[in-house]
Amino acid sequence: MKRLFYLLPLVLFMALAGYFLVALRPDHDIHELPSAMIAKPAPAFDLAGLESKQPLDLAALKGHPFVINFFASWCVPCRIEHPLLMRLAEQNHLPLYGIAYKDKPADSTRLLATFGDPYRQVGIDEDGRVGLNFGVYGVPETYVVDSTGVIRRRFVGPLTAETVDKDLLPLLKQLGRS
Amino acid sequence: MISRHGVRTWWLVALLLLVTLAAQAVEPSERLADPALEARARAISGELRCLVCQNESIDESGADLAHDIRIFVRERLTAGDTNAQAIQAVVNRYGQFVLLKPPVEPATYVLWYGPPLLLVVGLAGTLVWLKRRRPAAGESEPLSAEESRRLDGLMRGNDA
Repeated sequence: MKRLFYLLPLVLFMALAGYFLVALRPDHDIHELPSAMIAKPAPAFDLAGLESKQPLDLAALKGHPFVINFFASWCVPCRIEHPLLMRLAEQNHLPLYGIAYKDKPADSTRLLATFGDPYRQVGIDEDGRVGLNFGVYGVPETYVVDSTGVIRRRFVGPLTAETVDKDLLPLLKQLGRS
Repeated sequence: MISRHGVRTWWLVALLLLVTLAAQAVEPSERLADPALEARARAISGELRCLVCQNESIDESGADLAHDIRIFVRERLTAGDTNAQAIQAVVNRYGQFVLLKPPVEPATYVLWYGPPLLLVVGLAGTLVWLKRRRPAAGESEPLSAEESRRLDGLMRGNDA
């Protein structure tokens, strides 16, 4: 019994080491925050459309699962994910809607004219209030919303082919079925 | 020669140099006209974490998002929210991570009570240890009559 007592420091160390192994694993970004909005209804918005196209209204999007991508012309990581979004748009896999976060409409327009427009519609969120309601703390952020308008998933930072294939598309498929 | 008045001025300057002002990021355009509301907004801002810098409050941070949240808090207060309601509105959007001081609740018991508990356990352990080793470390008591008789017997037994 007393012998076992001397093992206690080792046991404590192992527990701590185990915790660090999980918490500090290399593929895990410790700065990525969990979203408080998961499983909550997406905050209502009705944004003016870019280039005076039709407005982006949450109520009109409900009925099918869809994806909202917050982007900005000043956002460097957005350029990284842009070619991927273009590919997905060409394959027409993704009901993708854009929200231009804290960006001048003219700049957003120029960005989409230069690199292509992967979005079905784009809403202008110039003061970032819709972003704030979603809990956006940086761009790009991507939200998956189900057909009833409930947020199911958030992706922080640029999407990668891997997360799209393994995570986003299967989730959309599953949401589309139910 | 420096006048008495001049010496005092230099002391004041030296004193002022020692006093550093807390960093503030609140821009004049953000301030509310009502000083009472503004004071409440400042107090709330000091408790909310800037999610971009993560170790600064939104009151200190110059980040764009901190500016937006400061404005948001002020709008809520102007609309008649209590401090708690305004803070809750931000927590609803960004999660409890925005609170620089985490609330005491089951999920944070380890965080709040862990360190004092470890201290108590450590102190108790040290006390027990000290108590146990005292007889060995102190001067030995003289043998009782019974003990000397047993020792004598053992010694004699060994000699034989």
